[in-house]
Amino acid sequence: MTLISERVETTAPVVTRKKRDWSVAGRIIALLIAAVFVLGPVLWTLSTSLRPPSESFKLPPAFLPLNPDLTSYQQVFKQLNIVLLVMNSALVTGLIAVGQMVTAALAGYAFAHLRFRGRGALFSIVLATMMVPAQVTIVPVFMLIRGVGLSDTLLALIIPAIPTAFGTFLMRQYFLGLPGELAEAAAIDGASPWRTFRSVYAPLAVPGLAIVGILAFNFHWNEFFRPLIMTISEQNFTLPLGLVSLQGNLGTGSISVVLAGVVLSMIPALVVFMFGQRALQDGLTAGTGK
Amino acid sequence: MSTATSTPTGTGRKPGGRQVTHKHSQPSKRGRVQQRWLPWAFLAPTIVGMGIFTLLPIVASVALAFFRWDIISAPTFVGFDNFAEVVQDPTVRVSFLNSIVFVIVAVALQLGLALGLAIMVQEKLPAWLRVFFRSAFFFPLILSAASVSIFMRYLFNEQFGVVNWLLSLVGIPAVPWLTTPGGSAAVVILVYVWQNFGFSFLLFVGGLASIPVETYEAASIDGATGWRKHFYVTLPLLSPTTLVASVMAIINALQVFDQPYVLTRGGPGDSTRTAVMVIFESAFQRLEFGQASAIGVILTLIIMAITAAQFRLSKRFVFYQ
Repeated sequence: MTLISERVETTAPVVTRKKRDWSVAGRIIALLIAAVFVLGPVLWTLSTSLRPPSESFKLPPAFLPLNPDLTSYQQVFKQLNIVLLVMNSALVTGLIAVGQMVTAALAGYAFAHLRFRGRGALFSIVLATMMVPAQVTIVPVFMLIRGVGLSDTLLALIIPAIPTAFGTFLMRQYFLGLPGELAEAAAIDGASPWRTFRSVYAPLAVPGLAIVGILAFNFHWNEFFRPLIMTISEQNFTLPLGLVSLQGNLGTGSISVVLAGVVLSMIPALVVFMFGQRALQDGLTAGTGK
Repeated sequence: MSTATSTPTGTGRKPGGRQVTHKHSQPSKRGRVQQRWLPWAFLAPTIVGMGIFTLLPIVASVALAFFRWDIISAPTFVGFDNFAEVVQDPTVRVSFLNSIVFVIVAVALQLGLALGLAIMVQEKLPAWLRVFFRSAFFFPLILSAASVSIFMRYLFNEQFGVVNWLLSLVGIPAVPWLTTPGGSAAVVILVYVWQNFGFSFLLFVGGLASIPVETYEAASIDGATGWRKHFYVTLPLLSPTTLVASVMAIINALQVFDQPYVLTRGGPGDSTRTAVMVIFESAFQRLEFGQASAIGVILTLIIMAITAAQFRLSKRFVFYQ
């Protein structure tokens, strides 16, 4: 095979090779242009947040922060209780992620390795709930939360988000990938079913759990619709809500301050992007028949 | 645990000594009883939680659509009045129409862009460049739609925004992006597509990777080159992915809320008001929870109908290997 291709390369006219190089170069240029349009707005946001507020709208725009100025970051801490916003977001997101990991692991394990009547039907119901848009259930959930006296609390954001159909689906798939013989072996060794789950299957399912946790983190850290509805007082705002209200309160004179807040809110997402990109991509495309 | 057989109390774990004759039947019986409730203990948090926060609300939402309720006074049954009012309400009609136009344009752009870029990325390319492009196109997905809309609002500023500055370089006069109906609609679509095409891109990359190389070799032996190759080989073989990607893109786009809310608040006028925005406004600003539920029920029915239609169409057009 290599022989043939070598011979083809040497005997083929030079034009085709050149042509192929050109098509690769053209493709790279097209892709680079697309990448500039995708990353440009983010770079502009970063570099503008690092300029003095008075220079926010300077044109031509600067995409690289050459002379970083931290005035806007000092300002955003003054104008906005950003520490509280970060704490609220972290608390809500963290508890949802942990709650989803625990409940999804338990339910996913039951659907994958425990036998009980109605398993198939129940799993179908779980899957079906994924198709119902959140906007449809939000009104009754809001009333329920209000009825039990939890309106305008962080718990109103956390508790309803813990049961997860998608997470359960992911964990079931993950546990199905682990052999059932492990449970048989554990049973022969005298381990109780709980012990089998806790000490044999759960540790093996950590990568799957990481995907569930990262997806939950990414979604709820960025969530806007539910916090907008469920929280009223500023002390219960999460980051996206706080930033949008900051943009509403400030005039266009201090956009770099708002952008500084935006950049700060992106940091955890960036960390996830750097360390968990693969898991995030796998999780997002799971269940699409890939 | 081999000691179990040697201890007279049976399993060796339960010291409440039973008769020796039950030695062998006892653990299995206990095991069976345990087996019966144990799965439900595992399932309880998820099933109870979903019952309370998903299934019950679905039923309640449908029921609520037949009542008038402002939370303060007692709900009154009004039959199909909510549906009748909602269907005739000009704001609701415009918003649904906006959502439909938004879905058609945004999804077409999103899928076209994603497919084109996925094909370019998956063809011969240095490995590090491929990794870079994949990460770059995926990147906006990790950002919050609210934050993205915040900075995009500045970029599309009519006087000082970068977008109009770029256009001025090629001689196009300043576009009144956020102050005109057409401009606002365009911004909402562009910002939405900017953030979401990466998801379809990922799906297409996965789909392309699963097309066997031999198919292309066969096609090039038959003389297919360049775009012909993609038209006759890639597109048919990619159709299952295209179906999934389009179903997901349409369902997501129908539920758009964050971008129009932050970018335009639905304005100017009703020009960028979407279906979910009117649900939000009638429930939480006008306290007409019955009407909000009615709109929600209609939206859900539309989503279900589109999903069903796409899967029916797929039987005719999707090519499975």
